[in-house]
Amino acid sequence: MDNKLISELESLAVDLRYLILKTTHNAGVGHTGGSLSMVEILSCLYFHIMNIDPDDPAKEERDRFILSKGHTTPGYYSALARRGYFPESELKTFDQMGSRLQAHPDMNKCPGVDYSSGSLGQGLSIGIGMALGGQAAGRHFNTFVLMGDGESQEGQVWEAAMYAGAHNVKNIIAIVDYNKVQLAAKTADTLDLEPLDQKWKAFNWSVLQCDGNSMEKVLKTLLQAVDMSRKGPVVLLAHTTKGKGVSFMEDTFEWHGKAPNKEELKQALTELGCLDREEL
Amino acid sequence: MKRRTMSRGDSIMPRVVFGETLVELGDMIPELVVLDADVGASTQTALFRDAFPNRFYQMGIAEANMVGVAAGLSTQGLIPFVSTFAIFLSKRAGDQVRNTIALPKANVKLNGAYGGLPTGKAGASHSAIEDVAIMRAIPGMPIIIPADPVETRLATIAAMKIPGPVYLRTVRCPVPVIFSENEIFEFGKAKTIHDGKDAVVISTGMMTPKALLAAENLKKQGLSVKVIHMGTVKPLDKAAVSAAAREFGHIVTVENHSVIGGLGEAVCSAVAEEYPCRVTRLGFQDLFLESGDNEPLFTKYGMNTENIEMTLKKIIMEKKG
Repeated sequence: MDNKLISELESLAVDLRYLILKTTHNAGVGHTGGSLSMVEILSCLYFHIMNIDPDDPAKEERDRFILSKGHTTPGYYSALARRGYFPESELKTFDQMGSRLQAHPDMNKCPGVDYSSGSLGQGLSIGIGMALGGQAAGRHFNTFVLMGDGESQEGQVWEAAMYAGAHNVKNIIAIVDYNKVQLAAKTADTLDLEPLDQKWKAFNWSVLQCDGNSMEKVLKTLLQAVDMSRKGPVVLLAHTTKGKGVSFMEDTFEWHGKAPNKEELKQALTELGCLDREEL
Repeated sequence: MKRRTMSRGDSIMPRVVFGETLVELGDMIPELVVLDADVGASTQTALFRDAFPNRFYQMGIAEANMVGVAAGLSTQGLIPFVSTFAIFLSKRAGDQVRNTIALPKANVKLNGAYGGLPTGKAGASHSAIEDVAIMRAIPGMPIIIPADPVETRLATIAAMKIPGPVYLRTVRCPVPVIFSENEIFEFGKAKTIHDGKDAVVISTGMMTPKALLAAENLKKQGLSVKVIHMGTVKPLDKAAVSAAAREFGHIVTVENHSVIGGLGEAVCSAVAEEYPCRVTRLGFQDLFLESGDNEPLFTKYGMNTENIEMTLKKIIMEKKG
């Protein structure tokens, strides 16, 4: 692996975590834990893997991304802003009236959002439709769908998995941000998903797994997933930590849908080593 | 496929006309694709499957995924027509219709086949008597309920031309042709199909031919009834409703749907805001239907042609004192 690339992406991940914490703090609301867990995945996709152009967000042959776990917009918007789809200063408007940055992603408002989401379990179906439609139209692109583990309790996810597996849909890459914590408790204590890899395998998907907060491993495994998706549907079970990067937020459901107050923000930014940054 | 001739007096199943029209559109619109959840043999999208196998998606008995996949297909410039029983489209996949189709304004057309009572004796679980109420409540979701086979064809064509989502509601059973083949469908416009001055009935869907027959029967008795067909239930032609309220002071509505949330309630809302008048709603009351043959059931629930006649007659008698 390219060490320079990895260290660039790692530094970028710190930026994204900074933006996430500032965004939820400023708004006073937002899903902080699940935004922090998916940072390495978004860094690899938006800053290395995906064929996209922020100056031409609707480019026909661009790769597509659907945030099926639509509540983690602080993470999504931070990545889009940092990638240049809109100014980072706009993150201050998150979740406010009149903002393009709605609580859940709105494709008709926010540049770079390939499809609206919010109701859990719906993204994979949309992604499969995009992949099939692209194929029918003779376009060549990858479709990435990022889902939560709690979200995987929705039946529609398995309808979609069944369809893609049965029809061997190509160029679709599902990613499960498997942080093992959902809104009110651990996933295993709510409705256990295990054995998750065997479930996907039984639906005829190729399954990859990796440490979802190791930039090197995420990058390597995602590239492998893209390669494998030429032959059929691929899912990456990315084992992550909810609230990753902030000790008191890690692995706890209390930070699923909570924003840090001033003191908590200060401590979090200290831990990330970016307390000295300018106010957003 | 040669287009079917439809003449007054014929009785044709709108589902068949819907399937045939999809084939007709398939030739003209290469972007049209059709999605089915294993009921295409019933809803007649199988005709499209046979004509355009590469543009037909058999999704299996998984309506939620079907609606989502249609949304994804629409992002690639395709125009998906999703078709399944109205009850499953509106309720099983109701969240998907709302958040994946309506909210993003996806260019996806929805055919709720098997609207209302006539479900082929399938009974309460399959009778969509609240689908219109659900679709009406979804922001930006237009609803078209054609009166007869001719209008079913025209409405299917119109749905393809209206940008964004459209809910087209069709029925299973044969319906008499009331329109000529030269009929024009105007989205959002009510249509007076029988003129009269003693009373007015506003109807939609397959109840319009029944309302028309009621008016013709009453005419023989010297009673003059105006019949307005509301092919587009949403957006409702409020001007037509308001005019009827002013002219008659009492409106009868007839629909193959619950009186809760359908045409009748839409008319009530419109007159309450524009020109308050009495409204008598014929439709299913707050109950689940039972299985059986269509016409005896329509009679049981007070919605056959005779019920419409009697309701109108009573109003006319009251008015004349």
